[in-house]
Order: sequence, then structure tokens, then C-alpha cells
Amino acid sequence: MNVYIPVLIALGFGVALGSILSGLAHFMGPRNPRPEKNDPYECGVPKVTGATEKMSVKFYLTAILFILFDIETIFLYLWAKAFPQLGWFGVIEVMVFMTILVVGYIYVVKRGALEWD
Amino acid sequence: MGLTMNEFTVQFIATLLKFAVIAGLCINIPPIMVWAERRVPAFMQRRKGPNRVGIFKWRLYGLLQSAADAVKLIFKEEVVPEGAAKAFYHIAPVFSVFPAIMVAMAIPYGPDIQLFGYTIPLSVIRVDVGFLFIFAISSLAVYGVTIAGWASNNKYSLLGALRASAQMISYEIPLGMSLIPIVLLYGSLDLNTIVIAQSQIWKWGVVLSPISFCLFVIAMFAETNRAPFDLAEAEGELVAGFHTEYTSAKFAAFFLAEYVSMFVLSCLAATVFFGGWQIPFFDIRSLDVLIGIPGVSGLVGFGVLFVKAAFFMWLYVWVRWTIPRFRYDQLMSLGWKFMIPIGLLNVVVTAIVLAVIRF
Repeated sequence: MNVYIPVLIALGFGVALGSILSGLAHFMGPRNPRPEKNDPYECGVPKVTGATEKMSVKFYLTAILFILFDIETIFLYLWAKAFPQLGWFGVIEVMVFMTILVVGYIYVVKRGALEWD
Repeated sequence: MGLTMNEFTVQFIATLLKFAVIAGLCINIPPIMVWAERRVPAFMQRRKGPNRVGIFKWRLYGLLQSAADAVKLIFKEEVVPEGAAKAFYHIAPVFSVFPAIMVAMAIPYGPDIQLFGYTIPLSVIRVDVGFLFIFAISSLAVYGVTIAGWASNNKYSLLGALRASAQMISYEIPLGMSLIPIVLLYGSLDLNTIVIAQSQIWKWGVVLSPISFCLFVIAMFAETNRAPFDLAEAEGELVAGFHTEYTSAKFAAFFLAEYVSMFVLSCLAATVFFGGWQIPFFDIRSLDVLIGIPGVSGLVGFGVLFVKAAFFMWLYVWVRWTIPRFRYDQLMSLGWKFMIPIGLLNVVVTAIVLAVIRF
């Protein structure tokens, strides 16, 4: 049997379960909307501004750095799988790779990209 | 693979059966964990916790409190906040639930069993690259959190979602790096092969690579947004974080996703570091012949893995009620400035030591 048939079954079930829960919320309970009730929660006071205003640029920076470092991690997985076949050549190659990665990492730290104040 | 139609049918039916069992488990884990999470701290703080709800005169230590809560949640009114992005608001719980369910299917719950002349693996999804599959799918959980927070039109939700997503992606790197030494040691990306390799206690992942284990446990707590890293829903600051505006069964959906992913990570920790379904000094697979009932090894293996996973589930509750919450800058510098360098060093040292021993 193709190994991806169970993946499709699981995907279908997961989406169905989420949709059922989401739908139950929508159709089972009572509905008595009032303007005060529908206000976004802000500790009981009327809301002052919209929600999607300015946010810290640090979050964008974190996301960008994540993409860089996560790709290295995935690459290392494949290297780890091929490790017995590669031998010492693989070890030395990964050392070179790590050196470049660490230089980049030190640059990121020195520029203060990881500082949260 | 050149299978006959008959074998395909058998494997398909077996897959559906296994799927039903694991899906039932996934749906029942959250209520039991909610109950445990109210009873365990009650014992720690010398109070009773919920102990009333039961059937007729049997109170069952209040175990049915969660069932009552679930029914109550479903019949509650759903309040959609004014100005919410409706489509995204309704779809966010789906994005939260399905990655958790899918990853739960990829864990090997027991040894391959022989039934009616067919070999049936005891994991629903058996791919050769189990690790990569689990990481790929579990990363999708970030979307549920981000969409929920953004679509709610609430400042607290948005801040909670930003914090949660930044934290989840930051700790995904140490989580991934902590498992590379395991792949180096056992030479496989398939979880079942790794379990089979851990037949003795000195071959367990936690013995061979203790630093990996420490990194994994810390990253595991951060990845599920649990205390001491529950910055995403810090009650004192953000009300409830990304699900502030969610009520009724949608709120329950987020909890289901959280507890199922806790269970999956507990299973993964047990599988990778504590020998999965294996017991030291005894091969469970020989039980079939020993007792004479085919498939009994699968049941025992499932039980063993479940006990090991239950320990980690309990660890989640224990830590939550023991350690205070981190500050956000401390959390991020722990992830980026401490765990990533240690993780890289761990990979390099393991590789060099293995190369010296093997080549």
C-alpha cells in the first residue's frame, strides 16, 4: 500500500475534526448578539484604536533569522543520514559549513539582532 | 511494491482500524489531561480539586468533570468579535487541530505484528523519513496560532499570537538540532528503526546523548507554549493570548490541539530517548511466541510506550506548578544565545567522536 494513503486519511480526519468543532460552536449554542457583547475584549473599557496597529520589528527579524537557521537544520539531517557513507570527508565538509554558519551567527549577535529590550 | 490486491485490502482495513484507535486516543487525551491538570496541582497545594462529578453514586475522583465541561462548552454561545476577519476567524481552529492529529499518526506505537500471515506496522503513517515528516507537519501549527490572533481584531490576541509564533519558530531550531545526534548515532530517520536499535538501557538515546535530551525537553516545553514558557497566554499581561476572543467549541478546539501536541511530543521524547516500546533486558517481540497469541506484543508495546509518555505528560504538569514564568527577552535569549550554540556544538562533538570510533 502506498505510504501516502494514510497521510491523506489523517489529513482528512484532522480537517474534519477541526471543522466539526468549529461548526458545533457556530450552530449549537444560542445567539443573542449585542453591540457591547461583540466588542473585542479590552478589560471592560470601549476600545480606543484598532488591533492591527504598529508592532515590534523584532518579530520580523526573528522570522527572517528562523528561515536561515531552519534550513541549515534540515540540511544537517540529510548529512546525518549519509554520515556512515561519507566518512571523514563528511566530517570535514560539515566543519567548513559550520564555520560559515557560526561566522554568520556571531555577526547577527554582534549587530544586536537578538537583543530584546 | 508489487503487492497483490488482497494484501492491499488487508493493509487498508488495518490502517483504518489503527487510525480509529489513535484518533480515539487523541480525542480522549485532552479531557483526561485537563482533569489531571486540575487534580495534580490540587494535591501539590493540599486541596481537593474537582472530585464530585461522576455517574450516580460513583464519583470516579471527579474524572467526568472534563466530560461535563466539554458538553457545557459545546452548548455555549459563540461570540464573534466586531470587525473580526470572519473567514480566517472560523478557519483558525482547523489549522490548529489538523497538524496535531497528523503528527500523532506518525509515532510507532508498537513493534510490527504478524496477523493472519501479514506484517502490520503499528504506526498509521510509516514513512522512511519519520523525523522530517513530524517536523514538517508540526511546524504548520504556527499558522493556526497566527491566524487566530490576527483575525480576532483584538490587541491582546495579536500580541499573544506574535509572541507565540516567534517563540515557536525560535525553539523549532534547537528542537531540530537536538535530534541530529540521534540520527548520527542510530543512522536512520525512521522512528521504528531507532526504537529497535534501543534494545538495552545503555543504548537508549538519553544515555548516549544526554545533552540532546536536555535540549529536547526544554524545546518541547517552549514549542507547546507551556509553563515556564507560556508567554503567549500570560494571564496577567495578555488575558489569554491568541485565543482571547474564542468561545464555545472553538476554544475547546485550541485546547484539543495543545494537549494532543503535548502528547505527541511526550511520545516522541519516549521514542527517541527512552527506547519507545522496548523494555530493557527483554525483547517484547518474543511475547507472541511465548504466550501463543499473535499480536499480544503489539498491545504490550503500546502499553510500555504509553507509560513512558505518561511520565512526560506528568512532567508537563509538574513543571507548570513548580517553575515561574520567564520574561520574554530571557526566553528569546535562552533560545537563540544558549540553546542554538549548545545544539551546534553537540552535533559537532557527536560527529567527531563517532568518526574517531567508527572510521
